Amino acid sequence: MSEQAPNATLLQLKGIVKSFPGTLANDRVDLAVRAGEIHALLGENGAGKSTLVKIIYGVLRPDAGEILWRGQPVHIASPGHARRLGIGMVFQHFSLFEALTVAENIALGINDPAARKDLKQRIVEVSRSYGLPLDPDRSVHDLSVGERQRIEIVRCLLQNPQLLIMDEPTSVLTPQEVDGLFGTLRRLSAEGRAILYISHKLEEIRALCERATIMRLGRVVAECDPRQETARRLAELMIGNELKVPSHAKGGSDSRRQRLVVQDLTLASDQQFGTDLKDISFAVAGGEILGIGGVAGNGQNELMAALSGETLAGRGDAVTIDGRPVGLLGPGPRRSAGAAFVPEERNGHGAVRDMTLTENAILSAFRRMRLVRGGLIHDRQATSFATGVIRDFDVRTSGPRAEARSLSGGNLQKFIVGREILQTPGVLVISQPTWGVDAGAAAAIHQALLNLADSGTAVLVISHDLDEIFAICDRIAVIFHGTLSAARPIREVTVEEIGLLMGGAHGPAAKEPSDAHPA
Amino acid sequence: MRIRLEPRGQRSPFWVYGSPVLALLLTLATAAIIFTALGKDPVASLYTFFVAPLTSSTAAPELFVKAAPLVLIAVGLSLGFRANVWNIGAEGQYTLGALAGGGLALAFYDSTSPLLFPAMMAAGIIGGMAWAAIPAFLRTRFNASEILTSLMLTYVAQQLLIYLVVGPWKDPEGYGFPQSRLFQEAATAPNLVAGTRIHLGVLVALIVVGLGWIVMAKSLIGFQLRVVGQAPRAARYAGFSERRAIWFSLLLGGGLSGLAGLFEVAGPVGQLTPQISPGYGFTGIIVAFLGRLHPVGVLFAGLILALTYLGGEKAQIDLGMPNAVTFIFQGILLFYLLACDVLILYRVRGAHRLIMERAA
Amino acid sequence: MSGDIAQIVAAALTVITAATPLLLAATGELVTEKSGVLNLGVEGMMLVGAIAGFATAITTGSSTLGIAAGVAAGAGMALIFAVLTLTFLANQVATGLALTIFGTGLSALIGSGYVGIAVKPLPRLAIPVLSELPLVGPILFGQDVLIYTSFLLLAAVAYFLYRTHAGLVLRSIGDSHEAAHAIGYRVIGVRYLATIFGGAMSGLGGAYMSLAYSPSWSEGMTAGRGWIALALVVFATWRPARLLAGAYLFGGINILQLYIQAWGWEIPSQFLTMLPYLATVLVLVLISRDQTRIRLNAPACLGKPFYAAG
Repeated sequence: MSEQAPNATLLQLKGIVKSFPGTLANDRVDLAVRAGEIHALLGENGAGKSTLVKIIYGVLRPDAGEILWRGQPVHIASPGHARRLGIGMVFQHFSLFEALTVAENIALGINDPAARKDLKQRIVEVSRSYGLPLDPDRSVHDLSVGERQRIEIVRCLLQNPQLLIMDEPTSVLTPQEVDGLFGTLRRLSAEGRAILYISHKLEEIRALCERATIMRLGRVVAECDPRQETARRLAELMIGNELKVPSHAKGGSDSRRQRLVVQDLTLASDQQFGTDLKDISFAVAGGEILGIGGVAGNGQNELMAALSGETLAGRGDAVTIDGRPVGLLGPGPRRSAGAAFVPEERNGHGAVRDMTLTENAILSAFRRMRLVRGGLIHDRQATSFATGVIRDFDVRTSGPRAEARSLSGGNLQKFIVGREILQTPGVLVISQPTWGVDAGAAAAIHQALLNLADSGTAVLVISHDLDEIFAICDRIAVIFHGTLSAARPIREVTVEEIGLLMGGAHGPAAKEPSDAHPA
Repeated sequence: MRIRLEPRGQRSPFWVYGSPVLALLLTLATAAIIFTALGKDPVASLYTFFVAPLTSSTAAPELFVKAAPLVLIAVGLSLGFRANVWNIGAEGQYTLGALAGGGLALAFYDSTSPLLFPAMMAAGIIGGMAWAAIPAFLRTRFNASEILTSLMLTYVAQQLLIYLVVGPWKDPEGYGFPQSRLFQEAATAPNLVAGTRIHLGVLVALIVVGLGWIVMAKSLIGFQLRVVGQAPRAARYAGFSERRAIWFSLLLGGGLSGLAGLFEVAGPVGQLTPQISPGYGFTGIIVAFLGRLHPVGVLFAGLILALTYLGGEKAQIDLGMPNAVTFIFQGILLFYLLACDVLILYRVRGAHRLIMERAA
Repeated sequence: MSGDIAQIVAAALTVITAATPLLLAATGELVTEKSGVLNLGVEGMMLVGAIAGFATAITTGSSTLGIAAGVAAGAGMALIFAVLTLTFLANQVATGLALTIFGTGLSALIGSGYVGIAVKPLPRLAIPVLSELPLVGPILFGQDVLIYTSFLLLAAVAYFLYRTHAGLVLRSIGDSHEAAHAIGYRVIGVRYLATIFGGAMSGLGGAYMSLAYSPSWSEGMTAGRGWIALALVVFATWRPARLLAGAYLFGGINILQLYIQAWGWEIPSQFLTMLPYLATVLVLVLISRDQTRIRLNAPACLGKPFYAAG
């Protein structure tokens, strides 16, 4: 096993800089990982952790800065090179071949035929000895997510890494699987291997890691021993001390009229990697903005589809819009009932790339804006609606005849949001309102949502971005593994609570307090 | 042999129209080579094939007669292809339309009613639709590929045709040949231009082009088909049903193909025989692509491919070339079109750049 | 007694010879599809293989050269398809159709001079002693070369796909070309090889038809077998063993066609000719109903173009 003296520095990054068009992902980052250490890399989405780690693993090359491996400067040219140095990585999103067996998946990553001999036996030995038992002959598609992760880990371990990088490893594991994983990691650390553990889950990091490097907006903001810090302190460092105050004076709405009511929504996901929704209940009143926060992959997409009608709920009254039960109805009738939806994905979902803006306007608005008469599309009316959207929402484009693919992300998003808002909906459900959007467009979208709420619409914002939720929402709930926490007014909730909720530390959700309609 | 593709980032409007033109030119060039390989003078052969049919006063109107069934079929197919519904069985739907309408004619052989022909048209449409309904049902209910099912049914339809014309529907005075009786006056497609074979079907084809354009560009259902084909998730978001798109596409394609079959047997052919289609159902697919899946484009593409049929016939007579040459050209035209279409979205870079990169 | 045996032997022979072209073409298409490429041009490739084989055999007097020509012709057709779909990223469905139309025309053109000519059929491999055994002898040991080859090739393909690293790589490319590319495998290169192999096998199947099954040439003589082969691959859920069963099932339907008439049932021959096509539809429906099974076994990247973004 490892010959390192304990506490020798294995990996050192000095002044790493990496920028992409529009963002400085890593701003002079320093990092030091010692042998035998479990080192956390902590930060929110967009903090720069993924970029840094891709640089270490040879997927990207830094613009500036130095990497020292065992005290020697290196240029890590490729993942193969990283592996040869002794660096292994387990990605957050597995790249496995579903139709193939465990052994076949592992064999595909090994180029040397000699190393492939007796592979099945080695897989059994290594996997068992680290507490991650694997049957080499099982097909991947039969395995649970936790078992699939084991394949990725064992694949790394077979190449005898000195540094193992794990990217958000527990985001898809059950609590028992998390315990199993921690046991394995502690074993590896005892053998003198180092582990770089990327996460935003404060409780886990405090339980597992000896050191933490905290990043925010591309910079290292702190280095500490997480076991010595409180969760609150870590959250503050991670999220930043200033909590933005909403820029409108609403503290929830005065009218108690619930316009969107979701009652015990339970839905099995139709995707293989999807999240089942369990007993989701909440209500949004006219004039208020409810934010649903959470790390990606906890059921947001399934919830969005259930609300928009792309997936039907099991019961009619699971989803109610202005009193009308729409759970068994599709998107068309839900729009007629006064709802509007902006999905997470602009391209191919919220808009069709190769169609003009006028056609994209027709896509969701033709019923409410009466753009179709006698089966025929009313071109002039559709064009004037699209022009109105472009004008009112400051969409930079050549005109309604422009194809959607010619717009920048921010402008297309403004168009889609504007298209929905100009239909004067009673309820608006919007997912990731400003993802991948430049600051100016993001500000415009936020203000538009606030104005919409002020006019009496019930607005539901589903977002991974806590800053966004704190900026515009009146209440916040957190979705985790398909269950929803109780919604609390923004001013009453603490950052620590939010951080813990996002990491699932509070377990299954409490139900919404009794201003929801009784079942 | 390294060819690199560089994405343009947006569709090049020049190449959307330029690609078919380039493909045509390349096909002509290849045709010249093939003629030479067959031992014929390339220039004379090209002339016979592509120009002579247009200049002759008897052959030129034939262009429209040959184009009519192609256009009818291709308008239906093009709408379906836009929705990603691949109706490959147009040939079989054509046959069933011919059988339905032709059967009606034979059943009322002594009739002189002016209602007979309209009834035959309706029968042709229904016959084609019914045959296309089978793959539609199998796809929406059982998820069976409409490509394979519609194609298998083409072979079945052909056998059905043969059975009927050698059996129950055989002309008793036909000397035992496998053919039905010649259709009576009232069951024949009315002639539109004296001295030519231009029949009602030509006019109907033109009308269908106009209607097809309205449906595709202006109607809600046309819009739905386009969204389903381009972005299935957006279609679901809009509340458009994929099922409805499949049924509509197949029924439309089937109905129009059936109508085309009816016009052929009630018009130029005049009876039911085993050879009522020189592959119109398959050529229709090429017409649809060449016409950029747009009804107006289909009109022009139909005329061009009709020309290849006429040219093939002429080449057979004048140059002694086998009829199969027509299909070769059609296949080659589609190949070139598919290859040239890459220019719409990508720039093509040759190997020299790679050499330069290696040297750097 | 011996009359019955003779009947059984004859029946078995009919099944085997009917199944062989399907088996050959479908085996090739299986490999192609396993790598993620959907080549609908099988019918066209078979026809071109048939005429190439026939014409070469007549001209050179050697059926071996004829077989080689059939293989080469099928491979050449597949190369056209590969260039269009893998390098020029053309739509695979449309290109496959184009290939069929082109192949039908090309084969008719070349074949126009060969209609009605007879060729010496492929010699039967009479293995001494063994082929003399009653019943089993002629069936198992007295067949022509290509029939044995069809079994060998199927077995070789199964071994290649499931027991070699190269076969594993091919399967991985069909499963997730992105992941395979990320590991460093040459997606396009492997797909080229798989497609050309598929074409070679289709050509071989076509050559079998014109050199052994008929043996003669007529326009469109494959009568849709290429399409049936495509359906067979789906029916077999992309696994070689089931492919064998499927091909012989269709061979059996051929028997049915012949024997229904012999049994005195008054069914017009055209309806009997419809049987294989109707059976294909039925088989497709039955297998497609089980969407989970299809999803598990169909190569996940089937028909999807792959563009390596630098």
